[in-house]
Amino acid sequence: MRTLAKQAFGSSKNRALMILLAAAALAGTAASVSAQATTAAPGQRNPTDVEVHVLPVRGNVYMLIGAGGNITVQAGDDGVLLVDAGLAGTSDAVDAAIRSISTKPIRYIIDTHVHADHVGGNEALAKLGNTIAGGNVVGDIGASAGNQATVIAAQEVLDRMSSANGTQPAMPQGAWPTETYTTPERKLYFNGEGVLMIHPQAAHTDGDTIVFFRRSDVISTGDIFVTTGYPIVDLSRGGNIQGVIAGLNRIIDLAIPADEQEGGTLIIPGHGRLCDVADVVFYQEMVTIIRDRIQDMVNKGMTLDQVKAAKPTLDYDPRYGKDTGFWTTDMFVEAVFKSLSPKK
Amino acid sequence: MGKVNQVKIVGGLIALLFLAGLTGWPAKAQEDPSGSWSPRFDEDWEERIPGPELGDYLGIPINQADRLRGDSWDATLVELPENQCRAHGSDYGWRGPSNLSIWKEVDRASQKVIAYHTHLSAYGAEQTIWMDGRPHPPDYAPHTWQGFSTGKWDGDILVVTTTHLKENWLRRNGLARSDLATATAHIMRHGNYLTVAAITYDPVYLTEPFIRTSDFIYNPQQQMAPWPCESVDEVDRPAGVVPAHLPGQNTFLNEFPANYGIPPEATRGGAETMYPEYQLKMKTMKTLPRPVKKVTNR
Repeated sequence: MRTLAKQAFGSSKNRALMILLAAAALAGTAASVSAQATTAAPGQRNPTDVEVHVLPVRGNVYMLIGAGGNITVQAGDDGVLLVDAGLAGTSDAVDAAIRSISTKPIRYIIDTHVHADHVGGNEALAKLGNTIAGGNVVGDIGASAGNQATVIAAQEVLDRMSSANGTQPAMPQGAWPTETYTTPERKLYFNGEGVLMIHPQAAHTDGDTIVFFRRSDVISTGDIFVTTGYPIVDLSRGGNIQGVIAGLNRIIDLAIPADEQEGGTLIIPGHGRLCDVADVVFYQEMVTIIRDRIQDMVNKGMTLDQVKAAKPTLDYDPRYGKDTGFWTTDMFVEAVFKSLSPKK
Repeated sequence: MGKVNQVKIVGGLIALLFLAGLTGWPAKAQEDPSGSWSPRFDEDWEERIPGPELGDYLGIPINQADRLRGDSWDATLVELPENQCRAHGSDYGWRGPSNLSIWKEVDRASQKVIAYHTHLSAYGAEQTIWMDGRPHPPDYAPHTWQGFSTGKWDGDILVVTTTHLKENWLRRNGLARSDLATATAHIMRHGNYLTVAAITYDPVYLTEPFIRTSDFIYNPQQQMAPWPCESVDEVDRPAGVVPAHLPGQNTFLNEFPANYGIPPEATRGGAETMYPEYQLKMKTMKTLPRPVKKVTNR
């Protein structure tokens, strides 16, 4: 199959445009809305009408768009691996999209971070899959070990999902990661390729994971990189602008562009369109320039109100800024200011 | 005129139209732009060859946001390895010092033109202009330097519509064009002359469409040089550094108005500065004292 990515980044020979659009499905509002409220990015809510599109990226890697955050699908003989699971209530549509790619079971879900638009579908999608388990594993912990897909995340994701929210955990136990890691990297070999999980320093949140599919040469960034707005720096969940920039720099280091600094490693952002490293570079330059401006203002002793009045994002606002919604330009400036201000 | 002759003439015209349909004659004097073309720089030499002066935004319908993009731009940004081989966008590439080659791709069975392809020597940039009526991709598809282009004939003008562009520049002094921009190119061949009128529409940084024309002459002896480009570390910098001027601290911005005796206010650009009547307004503005020796940032 010719892919959009091939058409966009490949040679200029005649190529038929082949877009595989998955069946759309209506999904009801999730039952766990209140539970997710504690892990939602500010103001995000569940969908009532979902259309999930499938974009072939390269080889056996696909991008699902429309279920909240972007979902990456890696499919092969071993089964299906997902990076993120979308919003709760979208799982039927997501599963229908996956089934247009592969009939194999879902084996792994890797959570890029704790927000509900990325992990809301954990429970429902994990239950549709199963883990390759047997022998001593099953003997030690019981046959139920294989009854759902394995959900992998940085330890901080489990900490936040399982922490108390009143008398309930922040998210129901069925949505929690079943495997966590505390190291800077975790490795997995699946469907004939190395899958590298990278846990950068506190960035979008403190539990971010960047996923690098080494043979396919595709990186799933989570919300450290989006094309739809300024980066969300979730200070309440350990996020920091310095970590966002470090994460963007790590993505740029990992990626190798093809001719004209275009194509090569393909990048699936947390939200927005399929990209390559040149797109990440523009974004990293934007975030770094704004960080440097606000750092200069902080160094001069300016207050938050003075910084906002100076409009340090003015040149990027028509592209990335928002006056309303769950992540406004003011909120971004405030998050950068607080990230850079000396801790009292 | 006798009735028989009238019938003969009408019949002949019908036969001619039928023949035209069979042979694929163009509807209205379409001139195939295929061939080797050499650029001519009589128009806007200063901008296109030596490169624009820093802070020269005259005649460009930019908004306040793009003005700050330009003011903040530090030329050393281009030295970064990730920017060294970056190609020009297809709405800008026509302007460069590039030989141009255009060829068509034809369906063998029907002999219909599927696409025109362009190759510019600068960066080896290639644009495909689909002529087969295919739709533009969805908004979540990748963006590229050349974008996704479709073409239609409007009389003898090939009108090319481009979407899915990556960010690029409007002018090589830091004025940016966003990745939400679209572009239209009007490709006009008159025998051995080719004119391309490129129009950029940018909802992010432009308040009006920005129109530029570029000229080429037919040159079948033209050689097309390859453009091998490999990024290297030209300057030892800490990782992640992005060279930029902080707001209000770009000391180069006054060189252009001082050197040329142009009011600084006018050099800030904007839609108003595109129109001839702006010259009257400029006469009421103050200029800077000219330097004894021309200062150059080149």
